[in-house]
Amino acid sequence: MNFAANVLEEIDRIVARYPRATSAVLPVLHVVQREHGFVPPEAKAWVAARLDMPPAKVEEVLSFYTMFHRAPVGRKHLQVCRSLSCNLRGEEEITATICRKIGIDPGGKTADGKFSLVQVECLGSCGTAPMMQVNDDYHESLTPRRVEELLEEWSR
Amino acid sequence: MSAGAPPPFRPVLTARCGKPDSHRLGTYLADGGYQALSQALALQPAAVVDKVKASGLRGRGGAGFPTGLKWSFMPKEKTKPHYLINNADESEPGTFKDRLLMEKDPHLVIEGTLIGAYAIRANHAFIYIRGEYYHAYTVLLAALEEARAKGYVGKNILGSGWDCEVILHRGAGAYICGEETALMTSLEGGKGFPRLKPPFPAAAGLYACPTTINNVETLANVPFIMTRGPEWFAAIGREKNSGPKLYCLSGHVKRPGVYETAMGISLRDLIDVHGGGMLHPDRPLKAVIPGGASVGVLDASEIDVPMDFDALRAKGSMLGSAATMVLDSSACMVKALLVNCRFFAHESCGQCTPCRVGCDWMEKIVHRIEGGEGRLEDLELLNDVASRINGQTICPLGDAAAGPVPSYLTKFRADFVHHIDNHTAVCLPKATASR
Repeated sequence: MNFAANVLEEIDRIVARYPRATSAVLPVLHVVQREHGFVPPEAKAWVAARLDMPPAKVEEVLSFYTMFHRAPVGRKHLQVCRSLSCNLRGEEEITATICRKIGIDPGGKTADGKFSLVQVECLGSCGTAPMMQVNDDYHESLTPRRVEELLEEWSR
Repeated sequence: MSAGAPPPFRPVLTARCGKPDSHRLGTYLADGGYQALSQALALQPAAVVDKVKASGLRGRGGAGFPTGLKWSFMPKEKTKPHYLINNADESEPGTFKDRLLMEKDPHLVIEGTLIGAYAIRANHAFIYIRGEYYHAYTVLLAALEEARAKGYVGKNILGSGWDCEVILHRGAGAYICGEETALMTSLEGGKGFPRLKPPFPAAAGLYACPTTINNVETLANVPFIMTRGPEWFAAIGREKNSGPKLYCLSGHVKRPGVYETAMGISLRDLIDVHGGGMLHPDRPLKAVIPGGASVGVLDASEIDVPMDFDALRAKGSMLGSAATMVLDSSACMVKALLVNCRFFAHESCGQCTPCRVGCDWMEKIVHRIEGGEGRLEDLELLNDVASRINGQTICPLGDAAAGPVPSYLTKFRADFVHHIDNHTAVCLPKATASR
């Protein structure tokens, strides 16, 4: 694993915040994913060594939490909320619109690597349902028309 | 107003949320921010606990446990580090109140966290925020840096001799980590598996040290209890259900959103006055889930209920996180139950067999009913599976998944029977898109 000097310093600062190094596993994995776009297989041993924990414990964490990607996702990673408030306000239509527009099913990725799509559980944006998270950003009060506009903008 | 009527409620927790730059330290200080911390630091920690006890504040995360009492469970003799955790892992479907506070008034969240940490004699406080709340995370992080630079966080806070580091910790996508012991396992660097209680966190929590864990909204009340007094707090709402309260209104209403009222507003007023009534005038109310996916559903005849801990419990439901999801006549209750069962099946951590297998099984049964392939016996089977999860698991996720099931089956039996009798995937009445 290669990281720039400033990233290594950032990781040192994160680890130093905690009474015990293993507590830094989620934030360090967030940094790894930010730098690589996903958590590459070789990161497991690197993080384990850095935090002095068994690689199997890092694997447990990686496989448990939904936000860590084990393989590259699309440059725009679309996460449509399917929990009840969004469901009542039309999330199924939103997902169907995305699938039609970019030609993939939930769980899929476009061949050009631009988009990936997943359905997720409640993202805490129920008052502005339906919504989706795209990378770090929330897009709220969606309509099929708005989703089409966003996808066209991102396709350019 | 008649004599003796309580004064009209004015927002407390969200009073600053609409103001420009409400997230900045300058505006917070101009509005009297961090004076509560200063007042708390002038008292002994035990006196802070007593004030919160006297206020009657009950936890806003879902369980409604008295906050001051929880604080008083911490050991009197400090032989190990004490930790305070602010639970910002807001993930209960329908809940979006803590996000508002963190994004719009992060210094209130920090000040509440600090006073809580002082009261339980901690020198470390953690704010565990769900990973998806990236925007709230960046706002809180910037606020923490402002607070640290001005001496509200760190060494010798306000010259009191008391040190407290506040560590903002991002989760990574797991509903279960909102459960207090799972959160601690996660914070220690593991997968979010809940732990058996006892030992309770006050005896052995984070790193096996005495730990108190409170919800964001709970701690946000504390600065106001310091500055305005426990009597002020206790006079809002009714006895044992007091204080200001944030309600998350979503679903088929005209104006969904977070509304702050005195604890115990009637569900009818929440929907009609604050929510602006039903989304479509021609689609009357069918059901309300008052406290998130984990609580029993109410039918349209039950909405003259005060939205507080004890009144909703008396109705066989719960206030939970005050996530009020409103369903109109176009909604199919089989579908609603399916969506909630799918949620719990997805979020079960898998540690306890009844929950791991049972949540999946319930989802499968409701799925086949909804698809028109169910049998009448499935309704009994669903109740049976639910009864074998309820109370049989380490943490309350199993209860949350199973507990509400009978309320759907009894109050909305017609919806289920319609799918089964007609072997149809078409709901009763025919659902139409809401927009």
